[in-house]
Amino acid sequence: MPSEDRERDWQLGKVHRKVDAMERMRGVARYTDDLKLPGMLHAKILRSPHAHARIRGIDLAPALALPGVFAAVTGQDFKIPYGIIPWTPDENALAVDKVCHVGDGVVAIAAIDEDTANAACKAVIVDYEPLRAFFDPEEALAVRDREGTINPYSRKGNVSKHVLLEFGEVDAELAASDLVIEGDYEFGGTTHGAIEPHCAVALVEPSGILTVWSATQVSHYLHRELAKVLELPPHRIRVIQPPLGGAFGGKSEPFDLEFCVAKLAMKTGRPVKLLYTREEVFYAHRGRHPMKMKYRTGFTRDGKIKAVDARTILDGGAYSSFGLVTTYYSGQLLCAPYAFGTYRFDSTRAYTNKPACGPKRGHGSVQPRFAMEIQLDKAAVALGIDPIDLRRRNDIGANTQTINEFRVGSNGFLECLARVEAASGWRERRAKLGYGRGLGVAGSTYISGTNYPIYPNDMPQAGVQICLDRSGRARVFSGANDIGQGSNTMLAVITSEELGLPIEDIRVLSADTDLCPVDLGAYSSRITLMVGNACLDAASKLRRKVCESVAKRWKVPRDRVVLAGRMAIDREDPDRHVDSAQAFQWAEADHGLLGEVGSYNTPKDRHGEYRGGTIGASPAYSFTAHLAEVEVDVETGIVDVKKIWIAHDCGKALSKRIVEGQIEGSTYMGFGEALMEEHGVDPEHRGAHAGPSLLDYRMPTFLDTPELAAMIVEAPDANGPYGAKEAGEGPLHSSIPAIANAIYDAVGIRLDRIPFSPPRVLAALAERRRRELAGELSPHKPGPDHARRSA
Amino acid sequence: MSHLLLSMTVNGEAVQVAAPAHHTLLEVLRYKLDLIGTKQGCDKGDCGACTVQIDGVPQLSCLTLAVHAVGRAVTTVEGLGQQAGGCHPLQDAFDRWNAAQCGFCTPGILLSAEALLRRCAGREPTRLQVCEALAGNLCRCTGYTKIIDAVLDVGRQMAVAAAASAGEVAHAE
Repeated sequence: MPSEDRERDWQLGKVHRKVDAMERMRGVARYTDDLKLPGMLHAKILRSPHAHARIRGIDLAPALALPGVFAAVTGQDFKIPYGIIPWTPDENALAVDKVCHVGDGVVAIAAIDEDTANAACKAVIVDYEPLRAFFDPEEALAVRDREGTINPYSRKGNVSKHVLLEFGEVDAELAASDLVIEGDYEFGGTTHGAIEPHCAVALVEPSGILTVWSATQVSHYLHRELAKVLELPPHRIRVIQPPLGGAFGGKSEPFDLEFCVAKLAMKTGRPVKLLYTREEVFYAHRGRHPMKMKYRTGFTRDGKIKAVDARTILDGGAYSSFGLVTTYYSGQLLCAPYAFGTYRFDSTRAYTNKPACGPKRGHGSVQPRFAMEIQLDKAAVALGIDPIDLRRRNDIGANTQTINEFRVGSNGFLECLARVEAASGWRERRAKLGYGRGLGVAGSTYISGTNYPIYPNDMPQAGVQICLDRSGRARVFSGANDIGQGSNTMLAVITSEELGLPIEDIRVLSADTDLCPVDLGAYSSRITLMVGNACLDAASKLRRKVCESVAKRWKVPRDRVVLAGRMAIDREDPDRHVDSAQAFQWAEADHGLLGEVGSYNTPKDRHGEYRGGTIGASPAYSFTAHLAEVEVDVETGIVDVKKIWIAHDCGKALSKRIVEGQIEGSTYMGFGEALMEEHGVDPEHRGAHAGPSLLDYRMPTFLDTPELAAMIVEAPDANGPYGAKEAGEGPLHSSIPAIANAIYDAVGIRLDRIPFSPPRVLAALAERRRRELAGELSPHKPGPDHARRSA
Repeated sequence: MSHLLLSMTVNGEAVQVAAPAHHTLLEVLRYKLDLIGTKQGCDKGDCGACTVQIDGVPQLSCLTLAVHAVGRAVTTVEGLGQQAGGCHPLQDAFDRWNAAQCGFCTPGILLSAEALLRRCAGREPTRLQVCEALAGNLCRCTGYTKIIDAVLDVGRQMAVAAAASAGEVAHAE
């Protein structure tokens, strides 16, 4: 992809100031809740106190009678269902006939201020007929009658999605294996926890154009769904994503508030804002699916994986969200970095009366990765093979195909393993760590976007437009959503690399559906590869035009002109140079206005020809290895993670510290899921959230978070811009099982259920102690006597 | 709703603002004074995004009634750069270290960090001191690593500058 005549890597891989960070740090960037429009009203949503109930009637009159109340909307105003996945439109902006979880939206009211809107919500009278609620996915799946069907649009009872795929003769290979490890794993629910709550503002312009500003990571999909539900032509709607305060998958589909502010603005003729409370964010959820996973893995004596058999129940909550994809991902994304001899997965997603689950960083594949990497660790112990060596022996390699027929390009997994092994002192230190201290390793892979978009079409997956102006600057227009991951800066780095401009001379305008070309959004780690390629396409076309015009005036061949350092330079006579402004002016004189578009479409030959065979196929895969060091306090059950080493193959780091930040942030998030975080509702309290606050939902603080040593590995991929692959989600996965495996190494207990809370650690220690006393197990490893006394 | 007329100093400027008695300092700063740099993340004192300084001490503005700030000096992130003539060294270091990803928690963290460095008075803070001072501020993006790097970087610079100026004083004597 990179062309030969640019000044190589004058920007790539360096440390950059982000294009938009300083305004955020000075407090002047306008996030969605920072917008204030003349005459703006404030809206609030009345939410269901029941987990499952029919709505017999709604009396709005007492609310509408309050002074300062302007308008109210209910499910009757939004009868067209929507869903981020076009095959499963199974939710309405507000409940139409019934509510399906505590927190389901019922009425939205716009008033002069928030206090008045809240008072009006209290005044509404809703007549509910409570229905039997289901909180256990298996119990929900057992029900097939209409009465017990949770989702009003479901045609298969409470089965939201079922996938069964088999590659090779799994049962025969299991029977022929030297060792079969069986394990039951439970991944509890976790949520995104972005610090910015969801917020949306709508305005109907005098021209009749509806503008919606929203804290979304998918402005294009929001645009489509608004058009559908509001029955407006898309060109009458403009969606703008202002600076965004974190997302992690939690803002990757439309939410009730966007439809409500739009409709209320249309009804009142005034701008309307709605900001979720933190409690509402927890009920909006769309977080990581709880999964119950049953694994059987067959190995040869020397540790090769002959067969993997997985059965998974996914607890989906009340709506589909991305659940169709999640169900596939729970099996499809497991087939690297290790070669499987044979593979079968059987995954069922259930509807339950809980806030819907959806995509959280590492969508669908973090849970099975947890199970798989512990299975490998158990096999390593049983076979007496070093856990890193066992993983090396199963490495799938580069330029190959997985058992489920995905084509893998570059692969830096072995280097990732080598880097964490060396940095942690694994070889020298592991055997010497006494009882209570341990090291654990795990590996993983992730997609750099998906080859097929959410709605089927043959158009490019990404488009970028770049304009150069006479002052020597560039403006980049992109529909991509910068959600803090730095995608705007990524675009600036590529433009800078190609056109020789410093980052500060480049303006990136993004995520405005009126100004920018369509982009599908910030999900599935697609932006660097896809939007980066589109940007490279546009920028390199402009570079050629500029170089040609300079070369013409210097009477030299085009490839002698390079663009770098805000100049055009003669490669063979570096004293000859002009500044970028002069070069651009010559090019504009020759070519007319300087603008180019670039687009990127995915390769369509990297998947299997079977139903579901495209889901999980990606242009390129990233690879990660985590190595965790822990200390387990056997008296309190507290696991102290001392340090995590992470090596991540991102293909090519376009901006060094930004990539490191993604690796560190991902690993931190996995650490939190491993030890602290638990998102769930309480059946004893009729399905209310167990603790919808950032105090009860325990995200790690500065003091909780271990030292994180991020190492960048670069195995450039032919499909990535300059070889780049993803870095934003892959480095979460193996963080969790690496900690689990380190706990085993420390004290000899297997924690097959997250989070690894002190009561679970103590219970597992007591069970081990019981088995040691019964003579079933010998002591785990030597160490100071006091360390094991109370175990 | 009856309003009170509140007088306080905000970022060095005397202001008078009318607000209902039950409104928090956060509401008054954000929605009355348009100082949008102070963020609301949870509105119940859990996340630290709304941290401001009152008389130099970090406080959660979402748990502080606006009347509590009457007659006192409030500093928000907008005032932080102002004090330092445009860009505070912490802001510059955060920018260099990519310590802000989404940036939503950053204003609160900057105000907690500034108070720490002031308390250190030219002594370099330890990593643990930084973590303790910032433990009330949640960040969901960074894993905290780059933030710690940035604060330690400024702490080191300030310690070097303090030592140099102490040296100059000694030399002059």
